[in-house]
Amino acid sequence: MCGNEALAEAAIVAGCDAYFGYPITPQNEITAYMSERMPQEGRVFVQSESELAAINMVFGAAATGKRAMTSSSSPGISLMQEGISYLAGAELPAVVVNVMRGGPGLGNIAPSQADYFQATRGGGHGDYRTIVLGPSSVQEMADCMPLAFDLADQYRMTVMVLADGILGQMMEPVVLDPKPRRELPPKPWALTGMKDRPQNIVRSLYLADGALEELNSRLMAKYQQIQDNEVLCEEYRVEDAEIVVVAYGIAARIARAAVDQARDEGICAGMIRPITLWPFPFEQIGAAAETFRMFLTVEMSCGQMVEDVKLAVAGKCPVLLHGRPGGGVPTIDEVLDKIRQLTIRAGAA
Amino acid sequence: MNTVFKRTPVLKDCPTHYCPGCGHGIAHRLLAEVLDELDIQDRTIGIAPVGCAVLAYNYLDVDMVEVAHGRAPAVATGMKRTNPDKVIFSYQGDGDLAAIGTAEIIHAAHRAERITVIFINNAVFGMTGGQMAPTTMLGQVTATTQQGRNPSNGQGYPLQVSEILALLPGTVYVERCALNGVPGIRRTKAAMKHAFQLQLDDAPGLSLVEVLSPCPTYWRMSPAKAMKWIDEQMSQVFPIARLKG
Repeated sequence: MCGNEALAEAAIVAGCDAYFGYPITPQNEITAYMSERMPQEGRVFVQSESELAAINMVFGAAATGKRAMTSSSSPGISLMQEGISYLAGAELPAVVVNVMRGGPGLGNIAPSQADYFQATRGGGHGDYRTIVLGPSSVQEMADCMPLAFDLADQYRMTVMVLADGILGQMMEPVVLDPKPRRELPPKPWALTGMKDRPQNIVRSLYLADGALEELNSRLMAKYQQIQDNEVLCEEYRVEDAEIVVVAYGIAARIARAAVDQARDEGICAGMIRPITLWPFPFEQIGAAAETFRMFLTVEMSCGQMVEDVKLAVAGKCPVLLHGRPGGGVPTIDEVLDKIRQLTIRAGAA
Repeated sequence: MNTVFKRTPVLKDCPTHYCPGCGHGIAHRLLAEVLDELDIQDRTIGIAPVGCAVLAYNYLDVDMVEVAHGRAPAVATGMKRTNPDKVIFSYQGDGDLAAIGTAEIIHAAHRAERITVIFINNAVFGMTGGQMAPTTMLGQVTATTQQGRNPSNGQGYPLQVSEILALLPGTVYVERCALNGVPGIRRTKAAMKHAFQLQLDDAPGLSLVEVLSPCPTYWRMSPAKAMKWIDEQMSQVFPIARLKG
């Protein structure tokens, strides 16, 4: 299966009740797959008139307590930011998949990681966060869907899956094995018609003095809880590493191969791979900065995640960037070359 | 002693934030009566717009959601498709439905979504201070057309959304009514009831009732004169008519 189809089937296995989407490359396989499979399962598929409509359809289904998702690519995700902000304000669970392509503007349809800022900082208005998952293989494209739906339901918020055009298109074998589910809270807030209970209202407008500040504080407490409990990252060959590559998604696949080759050459290289991009593994990278000598961030942008790596390292050692924007994909040789250069520098220091 | 008039249960017992002479109060009351008479309070989900009616859930005792400006028909789509047994309605003003939400209403209608839309047309943006709406009358003075709306100043013409929607095969019922006196109010209620009944009967498409509704504050006239203005001016451009179904 290609990554996009694996993700789509995994969403169905994870109990997605409704999918709403609008065509955009390079994620069209998800929309096409869902248009076939969701009706077969007696579930809902709607091709919307725009990404604005798609995210608001998700909002509607989520408000009634259903598991709903949409997928798009960078320009379409920009259009959804209004809806994502409203989902945050209304505390509704939703899953949004961004199969990133090059930008800004219409950009191109080549793979990219240039929406890291938008995903982890929030492209919509107001004080809010979204959980961001960064899969790195077709298997992880599938694995992250049950997790995304569970996290969304547990914390009543948007979970974004941040993939890219390569992960979406490439084909690998996949085992669809829904992970054991978390124990999830019921949804007494859902709009189901007020049978045997008082009125439910789903809203994000808080006009009374101090009311919105109270909501903001409650949201921040929830976000803190997520930062404390939900960080996921992989450490690869870091035990005695002097140079640590930090990369996520497809860039981490490339970096992993470069680390292996560097090890073959006798260079003590390793990798830290954030799996949750928000919450970011600040602690893990910060702890590593106590013992390692140098960090190299590899990403398919002009350098976005590198800012978080620098925050985590907090000046304890140098943080360098190898970034390829505009649809450029770093090669293993490029990354290996950077690691070699840093080795020389580290040796001279 | 016989009770001849009382509060209908779906309408909450609370003070209103609407201006004196505003049509929203009448429209809310009619809507509440219809939901009570059809006995669907426990299976109805309403969608409040951005605009003066954003707080509609303070008055209507049904499950309700408040959504982004103009997006109610998309939200309604998400709700109805996943909950075909529920009754879904949106309550939208002319800024919400006829300006920022034009794409959403046209496409919900074009997909034949089985939802009911109450479209309150008062020819002005009320909440933000009386700016020009797409439905503003030619010559009408608003905060953003201080010389009166003039198409030769690039301000366009009154937009007749209901006529457009009536053309689409996905609508099963489109009627324009007005809250300008007892006959108009009775007709509006009958239209609302019919629109909801169609949804209950699972009629294959969208039902919409446009309601010409007074806004004395931003029309800069007395409530009594506002009623007359609907009669004499507004209904000339927005004819009271069953446009479809």
